Amino acid sequence: MAIFSVVVLTMPLWMQPFGAAYPDILQKFVIFGVFAIGYNILFGLTGYLSFGHAAFLGVGSYTAVWSFKLLTMNIVPAIILSVVMSGIFAVAMGYVALRRSGIYFSILTLAFAQMCYNLAYSVLTPITNGETGLQLAKSDPRIIDRLFSEAGEGLPSTTLFGIETSGYSGFYISAVIMIIVFYISLKIFNSSFGLKLKAIKANQNRMRYLGFNTKPYLLSAFVISGMYAGLAGGLLAATDPLAGAERMQWTASGEVILMTILGGVGTLFGPLLGVIIIKYFENIFSAVNQLDLHSLYAIFPAWLENSLVAISSLFVGEGWHMTLGLLFMFVVAFLPGGVLEGLQLIYKKIKTRLIKNNKSTGTDTDTKQETGANHGE
Amino acid sequence: MGSKAVLQVTNVLKTFGGLKALNNLNLTIEEGTVHAIIGPNGAGKSTLLNVCIGQLTPDTGSVEFDGKNITGLEPHEISQRGISRVFQTPQIFEELDILQNVMIPALAHLDGQFTFNAVKDLRHRDDVKRAAMEIIEQMNLADQLHDRAGAMSRGNKRRLELAMCLVQKPKLLLLDEPTAGMARADTNQTIEILKKIKATGMTKVIIEHDMNVVFSLADRVSVLAQGTIIAEGTPAEIRESEIVKEAYLGGAKI
Repeated sequence: MAIFSVVVLTMPLWMQPFGAAYPDILQKFVIFGVFAIGYNILFGLTGYLSFGHAAFLGVGSYTAVWSFKLLTMNIVPAIILSVVMSGIFAVAMGYVALRRSGIYFSILTLAFAQMCYNLAYSVLTPITNGETGLQLAKSDPRIIDRLFSEAGEGLPSTTLFGIETSGYSGFYISAVIMIIVFYISLKIFNSSFGLKLKAIKANQNRMRYLGFNTKPYLLSAFVISGMYAGLAGGLLAATDPLAGAERMQWTASGEVILMTILGGVGTLFGPLLGVIIIKYFENIFSAVNQLDLHSLYAIFPAWLENSLVAISSLFVGEGWHMTLGLLFMFVVAFLPGGVLEGLQLIYKKIKTRLIKNNKSTGTDTDTKQETGANHGE
Repeated sequence: MGSKAVLQVTNVLKTFGGLKALNNLNLTIEEGTVHAIIGPNGAGKSTLLNVCIGQLTPDTGSVEFDGKNITGLEPHEISQRGISRVFQTPQIFEELDILQNVMIPALAHLDGQFTFNAVKDLRHRDDVKRAAMEIIEQMNLADQLHDRAGAMSRGNKRRLELAMCLVQKPKLLLLDEPTAGMARADTNQTIEILKKIKATGMTKVIIEHDMNVVFSLADRVSVLAQGTIIAEGTPAEIRESEIVKEAYLGGAKI
């Protein structure tokens, strides 16, 4: 756990060589990390595949922005409210969707999330501000802030008791929260609650005939993971106080499924690896253009350089989805346990080789994470 | 014998389409007995067990357990009252290891109904682990404690399932063909284990095709054909019965 915290908090340092050491993407790593950790509690432990978790992300964001507008720019009430609100939504959605299992459960969650998404665009425009997205305005009441000070010039920014929550401080605040929720998920995985969830995944009928009422177990797993998603949504709003309905679209739910599967379903670190890989692709790979490629292949003769650029440009820039798709296909076909399984295989091979050479081994999660990021390149 | 009834099945009718799987069936299981149910294929033996554990609800009639009506209750409610079942195909948690497989039913004893107590860390569940270990040792599975259950042989899976049921200390244990598809050696081992449990006085219902098993374990035997009990008695009486011979040799087959 200590090693894990150090690794996360030193991300600005060791992400440097990968060109991802700026606050914007680091924030995304840890915030979507929270999202994926939560998703993994449902999908990884119980095997219930939800296509609706983006709805909770959106609900969390809207709640947080409303808290900034109405109450205070401090992120503490915003985050607490977004967790509570998404929890309430999760109870409602889980209560209905968990009446079915398998594909029917997935479809019910998908329908629910799409309903939220469409409502946000149409009927609920007064609350969500439709296509423009919910933004801060100078005229917002901000009741609690007004008790202490007059409204200043320009738009205020989000704070944590005076510390601004954008940039690096935003990353550190989110990172600390992620470490805390990771610890909670670790506890859940090792508790008897977690064991029962795994048993439900393995054989739900057996659980019933052993005297377990499985519904409340599933519902609480669903609500916990929904609250994680709400927390992630709240954090997104806290680092950038803007909420749009596109956050609730099914593609956002799909993304978290990709992250979890790519990294390793049901493992503790897997979803985090998946987040780093996907967010890295989305932000870094997509920014690579033809010029970058030309400079990369500059050492080759011109004809080779041009053809190499032509081939690789299919995979970077706009084509990053294709690289990701190929990687995803590779992982699902050859490493059902995700990238984490691949890393463990490599780790084992290295270890046995080292033991053969009579050397001591000294690998920890740090190197694992680093190789994980390498994988993403 | 002649003590009080643990399970009382009264006039149970269960139809699937036009087929009467159970046709006004009456059955009484007395406390502390090992009661075997035999009958040709399709006689309704498994349907009877399914009705008893709440997997199926009878069309008419009632099932009473321990003096209380359990007809129409959810499977988990019936299980909590003390009925456990070993299935014909082992129903275990294939992805988990053996210790976990036995610890889960032991936990059901504590918090089968959902409580937040359930979030407690496993390490504090020493008593649960001890109970699980005790049964695992009885079943001779202790050497494979951390093996994945799905990777075991069929015989071992059956023994594991039996362990999962026994750790709950049920008042009534239902066994659906506990030795079907087993090698002779495995069958003998299972008979030995079942004899050991018999000594504890637990009430058991066994569905079985293997007459050796029936006659070496059962106190009473009921013969089921076409959804009704056509004969009942001690193993010796059943062996001599003309009706039973006819049911098995022809005529009564569905």
